[in-house]
Amino acid sequence: MTIIDETAESPGPQETGRPLLEVRDLHVEFSTRDGVAKAVNGVNYSVAAGETLAVLGESGSGKSVTAQAIMGILDMPPGRIPKGEIFFRGQDMLKMSGEERRKIRGNRIAMIFQDALSSLNPVLSVGYQLGEMFRVHQGMSKKDAKAKSIELMDRVKIPAAAARVNDYPHQFSGGMRQRIMIAMALALEPDLIIADEPTTALDVTVQAQVMDLLAELQREYHMGLILITHDLGVVADVADKIAVMYAGRIVETAPVHELYKRPAHPYTKGLLDSIPRLDQKGQELYAIKGLPPNLTRIPSGCAFNPRCPQAQDVCRTDIPLLFPVTERDGGELVGRGSACHFWKETIHG
Amino acid sequence: MAELKKTDESMDATPNVTEVQTVDAATEEEAVAAVEAPVDRGEPILQVRNLVKHFPLTSGILFKRQVGAVKAVDGISFDLYQGETLGIVGESGCGKSTVAKLLMLLEKATAGEVFYKGQDITKLSGRALKAVRRNIQMVFQDPYTSLNPRMTVGDIIGETFEIHPEVAPKGDRRRKVQELLDVVGLNPEYINRYPHQFSGGQRQRIGIARGLALNPEIIICDEPVSALDVSVQAQVINLMGKLQDEFNLSYLFIAHDLSIVRHISDRVGVMYLGKMAEIGTDTQIYDHPTHPYTQALLSAVPVPDPDSRDGRERIILTGDVPSPANPPSGCRFRTRCWKAQDKCAQEVPLLAVPERFKAANTPAAHETACHFAEEKNVVHAA
Repeated sequence: MTIIDETAESPGPQETGRPLLEVRDLHVEFSTRDGVAKAVNGVNYSVAAGETLAVLGESGSGKSVTAQAIMGILDMPPGRIPKGEIFFRGQDMLKMSGEERRKIRGNRIAMIFQDALSSLNPVLSVGYQLGEMFRVHQGMSKKDAKAKSIELMDRVKIPAAAARVNDYPHQFSGGMRQRIMIAMALALEPDLIIADEPTTALDVTVQAQVMDLLAELQREYHMGLILITHDLGVVADVADKIAVMYAGRIVETAPVHELYKRPAHPYTKGLLDSIPRLDQKGQELYAIKGLPPNLTRIPSGCAFNPRCPQAQDVCRTDIPLLFPVTERDGGELVGRGSACHFWKETIHG
Repeated sequence: MAELKKTDESMDATPNVTEVQTVDAATEEEAVAAVEAPVDRGEPILQVRNLVKHFPLTSGILFKRQVGAVKAVDGISFDLYQGETLGIVGESGCGKSTVAKLLMLLEKATAGEVFYKGQDITKLSGRALKAVRRNIQMVFQDPYTSLNPRMTVGDIIGETFEIHPEVAPKGDRRRKVQELLDVVGLNPEYINRYPHQFSGGQRQRIGIARGLALNPEIIICDEPVSALDVSVQAQVINLMGKLQDEFNLSYLFIAHDLSIVRHISDRVGVMYLGKMAEIGTDTQIYDHPTHPYTQALLSAVPVPDPDSRDGRERIILTGDVPSPANPPSGCRFRTRCWKAQDKCAQEVPLLAVPERFKAANTPAAHETACHFAEEKNVVHAA
């Protein structure tokens, strides 16, 4: 956990052992008409090079806001980061100047958004928008930038890239547009990619193509990947480790295989039970009762307590920390944590 | 209309849909009586035959001429039985939502018939049509845009009684609306609230209450849960199942999420580019798919089980869905199909039970529109 290293100015890309990105005790809140909405309430996570971290959560869980804080694209105001640190290669990005952050954003850390159509500029050709990365960050000439754009479009398997480089976003299908977004994120060979629901707007056959491409490119460039999603299926396919978020906190962390087999938080358990399965015809689905909390009035104690089947008095008063989860006999379970007072009962029955 | 003729040979005689017992009503009274007549459970209540919807593409400003057509729905036939749920799955642009609009008579069909209890509703008018509209209701996808933000929940649900006063007399409406709110699991005291005061899941419950208000027999659900979060989705799905049993409803359940469709449906139809690719019971479609498109679709669904990552065969299709304005000749799936041969470009495959499966009498013996139909298990890990 010793991350802060002032001498680490520009470590090489092969640096291993320490995480690429580490978020520590991050808090984000927004001023709204109804009061202060506490979107993120102390999130900790880290990603290493070549690793895929999936951040799983429903709408309003703070998964996207955390990503926006990492990228430095939060609207401030109304947003505010009252507390927290975001280390990228050992440097706290929240303490950097705007200038310094701009050098990292898009260059070292890139983001892929959910809706490719509204993320691309409709009046500029895709070639121009791709080339912008090279012109702005590397001062390339227009001509060279265009050649690079074609190369990138080839890289993400857009057919007839040279012929289509001057086309506009509306001339591409949804899957092709998402490929262009991926190309744009990859342009400067970043160390970390944050993909915020990259396939939610796509059809399932196209989703499979895009996820495959993303995984292939990640392997090739040895990038860190933060995959933000609500889809338990997509997560199972690509993630190495998972962080489950609820009401602005991480409620469970686990390596992917562990999480599905033995969830240690009632919320995760409920989510897994509430999804219909393709390979079997189920009876009635388990439904988590109630609704996700209003972020301006998060319940005291554990935020999940009003919906939790095993809530006790302590859950209504004490906020559970992310407890390390162990085997029944106390044996270590690497990378597992659960923010539930009764994690033992949840995982060991 | 010359456009239409070409597709005719693929549309005539779709086997294995039940025979339509047409009702010839001479007077309006007879027509209304036929609409009101009860249907036994397990009998067909809605029979769709060769339904076609082409949206014209025009060019020119002053003198518009038709330069082509988007063939959104191109000859679809199926039956919906009383008390069952028929799921329709397909990717965006396959025409599944257009089918919903055609059945609701929100769009006028280019050709084809929709028989409701033996009467073609596309040709009905007057009181008989009004009675049909009461019996076929719809639940929309987006609970945010399908509720009027300036009306209270009571008005949104109660408005249906303005048009069909026979269902609830004037003095009784408020009580009836509160009863409906209770049925869908909302607090009846919320009757004076506005849509923005509810969450997405609650709004969808309001949409369902509105669909139920007139005691319909059929509810057409167009992606009713796709805008909802996972935990809330399960609540709404369970509610819909409960209501179906309670009110003996028939659902046409349109969705792109194959897992949800399997969960709720008795039978499933798979659509591709305006045509039905395969139709059968949920076991036939999910465990014994014979159409390559169905197989690809099923194999692409991410399964929430990391252990099946390597065990399951994945068929990754290349390319995108072609434009419905200019669909491929012959089989529409052939441009993305790994089995495609010359025959597929020339002959439109009919939706029928392949002869060799028929003889074997296996679950693979269900209707499929492929020249080279083969059974393949893609859902279960090997």
